[in-house]
Amino acid sequence: MIRFLLKGILRDKQRSLLPVVVVIIGVFLTVAMFCWLNGVLNDSIELNARFNAGHVKIMTKAYAKNVDQLPNDLALTGVDTLLLRLKKEFPEMVWGERIHFGGLIDAPDAKGETRTQGPAMGFGIDLLSGDRSETERFNLEKSLRRGRLPLHHGEILMSDEFSLKLKVNPGDTVTLIGSTMNGSMTMYNYTVSGTIVFGTGPMDQGSVIVDLEDVRNALDMNNAAGEIVGYLADNYYDEKKIGQVVNRFNTLFPVSKDEYSPVLITLRQQNSLGQMMDQIKALGGFAVFIFVLSMSLVLWNAGLLGGLRRYSEFGVRLAIGEDYSHIYFTMIYESVLIGIIGSIIGTSIGLLGSLYMQHHGLDLGSMMKNATILMPAVFHTRITPTAFFIGFIPGLFSTVIGTALSGIGIYKRKTAQLFKELEA
Amino acid sequence: MKKIIIPLFLLGVSLNAQNPSARELIEKVDKNMSADSRVFTSKMIIHNPRNTRSVESKSWSMGEKKSYTEYLSPPREQGTKMLKLDDQLWIFSPSTDRIIEISGHMLRQSVMGSDLSYEDMMEDPHLLNHYTGKVEGEEKISGRDCWVITLKANTADVAYQSQKVWVDKDRFIPIKKELYAKSGVLLKRMELSDVMQIQGRWFPKKILFKDVLKEGDGTEFQIMDIEFNTKIPEYIFSKASLKK
Repeated sequence: MIRFLLKGILRDKQRSLLPVVVVIIGVFLTVAMFCWLNGVLNDSIELNARFNAGHVKIMTKAYAKNVDQLPNDLALTGVDTLLLRLKKEFPEMVWGERIHFGGLIDAPDAKGETRTQGPAMGFGIDLLSGDRSETERFNLEKSLRRGRLPLHHGEILMSDEFSLKLKVNPGDTVTLIGSTMNGSMTMYNYTVSGTIVFGTGPMDQGSVIVDLEDVRNALDMNNAAGEIVGYLADNYYDEKKIGQVVNRFNTLFPVSKDEYSPVLITLRQQNSLGQMMDQIKALGGFAVFIFVLSMSLVLWNAGLLGGLRRYSEFGVRLAIGEDYSHIYFTMIYESVLIGIIGSIIGTSIGLLGSLYMQHHGLDLGSMMKNATILMPAVFHTRITPTAFFIGFIPGLFSTVIGTALSGIGIYKRKTAQLFKELEA
Repeated sequence: MKKIIIPLFLLGVSLNAQNPSARELIEKVDKNMSADSRVFTSKMIIHNPRNTRSVESKSWSMGEKKSYTEYLSPPREQGTKMLKLDDQLWIFSPSTDRIIEISGHMLRQSVMGSDLSYEDMMEDPHLLNHYTGKVEGEEKISGRDCWVITLKANTADVAYQSQKVWVDKDRFIPIKKELYAKSGVLLKRMELSDVMQIQGRWFPKKILFKDVLKEGDGTEFQIMDIEFNTKIPEYIFSKASLKK
């Protein structure tokens, strides 16, 4: 019977083409919308994770309490030993030491006197050890606007906007004026190797990136780091896996009264990111629900229309003796087949489109210029397992329900009036 | 009746004569603590919550407006020089060969992570020029009888708007100080000890500074040697001397 109906759908294009096209469009839009919202959420989380929060971050208890003040006097010490232990105990994670610091960047004139200066937010990350993880995480190669990435110690990367503000070019010397781990004022010269565009408003306004060892020298932080950030090896934040990491960490490093003992904070626990994630998820879920609901109504309506368009056909079939229920159920079966075909094609197109956008993204940088929170400039879609079936909700169920409702009308047809209707 | 009133009046006058006025006390303190010029070598032992560091320096100062300091150790700080002229301060860092000027509220920042600010380190203010005082009473501190006086600033440009000072009754040097902000919040405590006679004046060779807004056990400021009213060449107090 299914084979018979399938043949009917494939051969009688007039009967099947419009419903299938409507289902395909509806399902495509649902899948694309779902992947887009997922991608926006993921991009925002990943951006915060890459630049700041990590999937997890290890700090001293005292540093964690005052993390907004970048209190490097409370930084982790003996970091090499701690890192070795972390790498051994958590092989599923990738770890990186960082020093996040604030200070003034001072540009001298020809006499060495201050020509101009501005406040800077600095990142000390591993740039020169040969491990390229941090370079990739900060997307430095693609972000380079002028000059080159640091190749030698004593070189610094500046955000392009900041360098223009200070009228500094690659090759120029600037002085970092900051505070050492012990609270002394420190001055350290760097040569600008290049300028970069982060693509996020706050970071483009005044950020610098320096090799970790150079920051350690400048801030007198030998074998110390403000933060150790950890990422799951596949680079996607998975709360279940992170939960397991937290549990194991807490077993290895039990809560201590020592203010300088290491504590692990997850991405969710930082900068209200957990709240933001929940809100975006809830809003995203609500938007998807509304969209699926509206697409369901459209496809339901398409099912109803299909039933009405075939009013005459059902009359003939009743007239030649076909049972009411048989016609009703063949309609349902047909709509199931149309729903499945449309959903498969629609989901496939939606997934292909999303796959393309997952790799290439959509650049909304011009709209994000004045953003004051850390938001990505290029948004990507993200395909998750749910994307493979979410289109079937409107595509299959709504079409079937629409057909089922319109089909009830068949039972109201009276055989005595059929010929009159046909004559008319 | 006259026989009773006159002796009582005379007794009152003689008691009052034993109690010096705040102005007299401040003058005597200034005479011990301040000088037209000073050259001294000092050692700061900074007790941070995580470690203890010591920083040695040599300072030259002339009056209230001119001061120059060169750091002698540790190696990281060696060669760093600071010049303060009035309310401007220049710092020379040998590793960068740069001179950076700081002023305004930056002068109240910590020097080398210690409990001293640049103003504490480099200023030698005559209290009488900036404060008016009031004798509050007497107290015994570290076995010494002291006058307790409170000082209120006459001008707005002083680092501490009010001070409570315990002045040694015999030697007229402060034994203890509490330094307050305009809001009345206690900012720092100072305990002065190892009092010695140097060039005919009493002078404390050790001062424990405690910034109450900062963690740690305070900073010991030890005077290793000091000369008062010595002649200092004028070029010392020029920006050119920073790079020498």
